[in-house]
Amino acid sequence: MHIIESGNVAAAMGVKLSKAQVIAAYPITPQTPLTEKLSEFIESGEMNAEYIPVESEHSALSVCIAAATTGARAFTATSANGLLYMHEQIHWAAGARLPLVMCVVNRGVGAPWTIWNDHQDSISQRDTGWIQLYVNDHQQIIDTVIKAFSLAEEVSIPVMVCYDGYLLSHTYMPFEVPDADKVDAFLPLFKPSYALYSGEPANLNTVTLPDARIDVHGKLAHGYMELRYLLQENLRQSVDVVSKVETKFMDMFGRGGDPFIESYMCEDADFIAVSMGSLSYQLRDVADLLRDENIKVGVAGIRLYRPFPDKVIVEHFQNAAGVVVFEKAISYGFHGPLYSDIKSALYNCKNRPFIHNYTLGLGGREIKTKELFNALKDSCTNGSSQVEKRGWIGLKI
Amino acid sequence: MGTRDCGRITSHSEPGPGDGGRTGLWRVLRPVIDITLCIPVKKNKQACFTCWLYCPDAVITRTIPPVIDYEYCKGCGICAEECPVDAIRMVEEGKFFKEDG
Repeated sequence: MHIIESGNVAAAMGVKLSKAQVIAAYPITPQTPLTEKLSEFIESGEMNAEYIPVESEHSALSVCIAAATTGARAFTATSANGLLYMHEQIHWAAGARLPLVMCVVNRGVGAPWTIWNDHQDSISQRDTGWIQLYVNDHQQIIDTVIKAFSLAEEVSIPVMVCYDGYLLSHTYMPFEVPDADKVDAFLPLFKPSYALYSGEPANLNTVTLPDARIDVHGKLAHGYMELRYLLQENLRQSVDVVSKVETKFMDMFGRGGDPFIESYMCEDADFIAVSMGSLSYQLRDVADLLRDENIKVGVAGIRLYRPFPDKVIVEHFQNAAGVVVFEKAISYGFHGPLYSDIKSALYNCKNRPFIHNYTLGLGGREIKTKELFNALKDSCTNGSSQVEKRGWIGLKI
Repeated sequence: MGTRDCGRITSHSEPGPGDGGRTGLWRVLRPVIDITLCIPVKKNKQACFTCWLYCPDAVITRTIPPVIDYEYCKGCGICAEECPVDAIRMVEEGKFFKEDG
């Protein structure tokens, strides 16, 4: 079925099709319409799930953690300060290896108070052990939510599906709603390898001693460090599972492609502009304009941010003369986090491209195509003389 | 649910002695039972066992005489506090240094 709806409704429809069993959320702009839609689905009987209203985002994720521990498929969504209020439980969900899915509708972080879009909220949750997927349009929102459950349940690691507040959440676009029967076949009922139930009482994730120990069954049980090692190893291995899930989805629904980098004219590009989220589609217009001036530019939209697909990044960027990273986030006191990661991935290449970093769009500052054009043209023209360059776009100071 | 191997990737423990590690090492004061005062011993009956009932770590047996598992007893002193005939004394661990080696 082809419909025109908002990004938040696309996400809600994805959750409904995924047959999530427990939803707990707290309203925060610009996420609110997503969970409002889910509560409507449940109220009307269209969706068979438990909607648990809570008094905070910390509680929302706690409820989802408890639900997933007993074997339910659980979902929540939030933005900005709400996401930060969850922070403790975000770490917890990853350490407890629960396959939750959370939509993060990207919004800038206070102070000062802002409700508009940038990526500082989800980027600041980078090191929690969650998988982070970024999407570029409404079709990707609905599809990625469904894929996220499949991925999370396969690797026992929670997944964030991040999309731009307002730019995607509140705009209307046509998209295809996947057929419910096909989604059921793609994503069967959640059967966890372990679920807590009253017949077999257990303590989960209680104080775990620094060293490994002998458990009640006389077996060697992991200490804290072994469990964290496994989270790291399994996250690194999940890059392959991301690829597997994408292929399976493509085979069934005929949509999808590269789950790591959405590439636009990168094959013959001398320079590659990089971003995450909807900005990468705006950059395509800039690439077209620069190609009119015989500057061969391609665009790479990074879709998987954690685990970082460094091998794919190297393959994609190593032959370019220059890489220009446009970011709506900063690692305060240093520079753009995506810029850092790409630079680090390229470190072992023999002929490293120059790499520039632009900060832009913070707190919803409008990103003008002309400004992108000027910055990118400057980097492409003068790049080799400035191996590293960091600048701001749209700053009025 | 049946058997499962959730211990592989998550921290998991079940009710039973020792699943929190050898907590006896935490002990500063050791509860010592004077069996000449202990009610079940004196009466030779399955009686009292207040220490067994109150021990939060379930390391005291319901036997005559009751036996404390020092491998896991944290030395909280609840048994000594609750014993109705003051048969349990809390003794400094340093006193046992020589005999424990």
